[in-house]
Amino acid sequence: MRALILGGALAAVFVAAALLSLVWTPGDVAAVDIGNRLKPPGWPHLLGTDHLGRDMVAMTMAGARVSIAVALVAVGIGMGLGVPLGLAAAAARGGWLDEAIMRGNDLVFAFPSLVIAILITAVFGPSAVNAIIAIGIFNIPVFARVTRGAALSLWTREFIKAARVAGKERMRISVEHILPNVANLLIVQGTIQFSLGILAEAGLSYVGLGAQPPTPSWGRMLAEAQTMFAFAPHLALVPGLSIVLTVLGLNLMGDGLRDYLDPRLRRVRA
Amino acid sequence: MLRYALRRFLSLTLSLVAASLVVFAIIEVIPGDPAAFMLGLNAAPEAVAALRAELGLDQGLVARYLDWASGMLRGDFGVSYTYRTPVAEIVADRLWVSVPLAIYALSLSTLIAIPVGILAAASRGRAPDLAVIGLTQLGIAVPNFWFAMLLVIVFAIGLGWFSAGGFPGWQDGLLPGLKALTLPAIALALPQASILARVMRSALIDTLGEDFVRTARAKGLSQGQALRRHALRNALIPVLTIIGLQFSFLLAGAIIIENVFFLPGLGRLVFQAIAQRDLIVVESVVMLLVFAVILVTFLVDLAYAAVDPRLRRRG
Repeated sequence: MRALILGGALAAVFVAAALLSLVWTPGDVAAVDIGNRLKPPGWPHLLGTDHLGRDMVAMTMAGARVSIAVALVAVGIGMGLGVPLGLAAAAARGGWLDEAIMRGNDLVFAFPSLVIAILITAVFGPSAVNAIIAIGIFNIPVFARVTRGAALSLWTREFIKAARVAGKERMRISVEHILPNVANLLIVQGTIQFSLGILAEAGLSYVGLGAQPPTPSWGRMLAEAQTMFAFAPHLALVPGLSIVLTVLGLNLMGDGLRDYLDPRLRRVRA
Repeated sequence: MLRYALRRFLSLTLSLVAASLVVFAIIEVIPGDPAAFMLGLNAAPEAVAALRAELGLDQGLVARYLDWASGMLRGDFGVSYTYRTPVAEIVADRLWVSVPLAIYALSLSTLIAIPVGILAAASRGRAPDLAVIGLTQLGIAVPNFWFAMLLVIVFAIGLGWFSAGGFPGWQDGLLPGLKALTLPAIALALPQASILARVMRSALIDTLGEDFVRTARAKGLSQGQALRRHALRNALIPVLTIIGLQFSFLLAGAIIIENVFFLPGLGRLVFQAIAQRDLIVVESVVMLLVFAVILVTFLVDLAYAAVDPRLRRRG
C-alpha cells in the first residue's frame, strides 16, 4: 500500500505538471531570450534556463506533456488492439485463430520498439506520432499475451462453464465475463507499459526519432543538453531526473496496484 | 530432443521469412518511388532513372524480394548508396564494435546481478535485501543514455579516467579498445543488471521454499550449503533465460548508447543511413538485428529444453 501511495503521488506530480502546462507555464517555451541563456538554478528561474534562455521549469512541464501523452496513447494502442486479440485467441484456444494470433505476436516481438521506430522513421520521417506508433505496435503483443494467459485459466472455471451451458456465444462470454476478470491484470500491465513507454519515448526523441523541434520533450531536452552539460549540468539533470522520478513512480504504482488488487501475489513476491 | 530442435528450427525459419517480408514490405513498398525518395526532392529525372535501374526497381515485386532475400542468405546485402561499398563489408566493420560492446555489457550485468540477487535472497527482509530492492527499482527507472551522460560527467570530464567518446579500434591491442567500451558497457549494463538481480532474487526465494531444499536442510545442511548445492542450480534456469534474451536487447539498446559515445557501431551506422536516406543499409541492419533476436530466442528455447525435459514434450 505504501508503494502504491508513494508511486501514485510521484506520478501524479508529473501528470499534474503536464496538465497544468496546457493552460500555464512559468514563461513561454517558444520565446527565445538569449540574454538569459544557461542561467543556473536560482531566482526567478527555479531550475535555471536552457541554451536559448527558456525557463527549465516551463520546459520540463511542456516536456512532460509530450512524453506522457506519447506513452499514454501508445498504451491505448497496445490495449485497444492487444486485448481483443488476446481474448479472441483464448476463446479459440488451440484453433487456427489462436495459432495465427500467437505467431503474429512472436513476429512483432522480434522487432524491438527501437527497430520499429527506425523502420517507420526511415520511410515516413521522424515525428512524435511515429514514436507513438512504434511504441504502440510494440505494446500490442504484450497485452495480447497477458490477456490470453489470464483468459485461458478463466475458461476452465465453473462460472464460465455455466455461461456456456446457458447458451452464451464465446465472444459474448469473452466480453461479459472474461474481460471484467482480467481488468485488474490489465491495469497493472498498463502501468508498467506506461513507464516503459516514457523511457522509450525519451530514447527515441534523444536520438532524433521522436518529437521534433520546437516541440519540447524530455528526450529532446537531453539531446540538446549533450554538448553543454559539461558546463551547464542542470540541462541534463532536470529532464533526466524528471524521467527517473516519473518512471519510478509508475513502477512503484504498478507493484502497489498488483499487491492491492491481488493479495495472493503478496506471498509470491515478498 | 532432436524432434523438438527440428520443430523449433522450422519455426525459426518461418519467423525469419515472415520478418523479412515485413521489412521488405515497409522499406521497398514505401509510398512513391524509393529511388526518388533516396535522392531527395531536387533530383534530376535521369539520376532517379539510373538509380532505379541500379537498385533493380524495374523488376517485379516478387523478383525483387527473392533477389534481396537470397542475397542476404549468401551474405550479399547489396551496395550502399552513399558509401559505394558492399553493405556486408560496412556492417561487418561495425559489428566489431557493437558485438563486443553487447558482450561486455552482458558480462558486467551478469557478474553484478547474480551475486547481488543471491545476497538479497539470502538476507530476505533484512537491510541488504531492502537495499537491493530499492537500488534495482531505481536502476530500472534510469534511462541508460542519461546514465551514460552522468558517467561521462564524472569519469571522463571530472576524473579524466576514460575518454568521453570515440573508439580507437582493435589494432592497438585489446586494452585501449576495452577501455573505450567500458563506460558505454556500464551504462548499458545498469538497467539489465537491475532486472536480472530481481529475477535472480525471486527465483532463488521461490526455490528456497521448495520441499527438496527443506529436505536438504533436514538432512543437516546449513542454510548456506543448501543454497549453494541445491537451490542455486535450480534458480539459475529462469536467470539463464533472461540472460539469453538480454543479449538481443543489448544489441538493440547499444544503438542509442553508441550515439552518446560516438562509437562507430551499428547504431551510428543506421542513424547516418536514415539521415542520408540510404535505405539499403537501414534494411540490412534492421534485418540483422531482427535475425539476432530470433536466433537468440531459438537458442534460449533449446537450452531451456535441454535443462527441463518437460518442455520438449509440450513443444
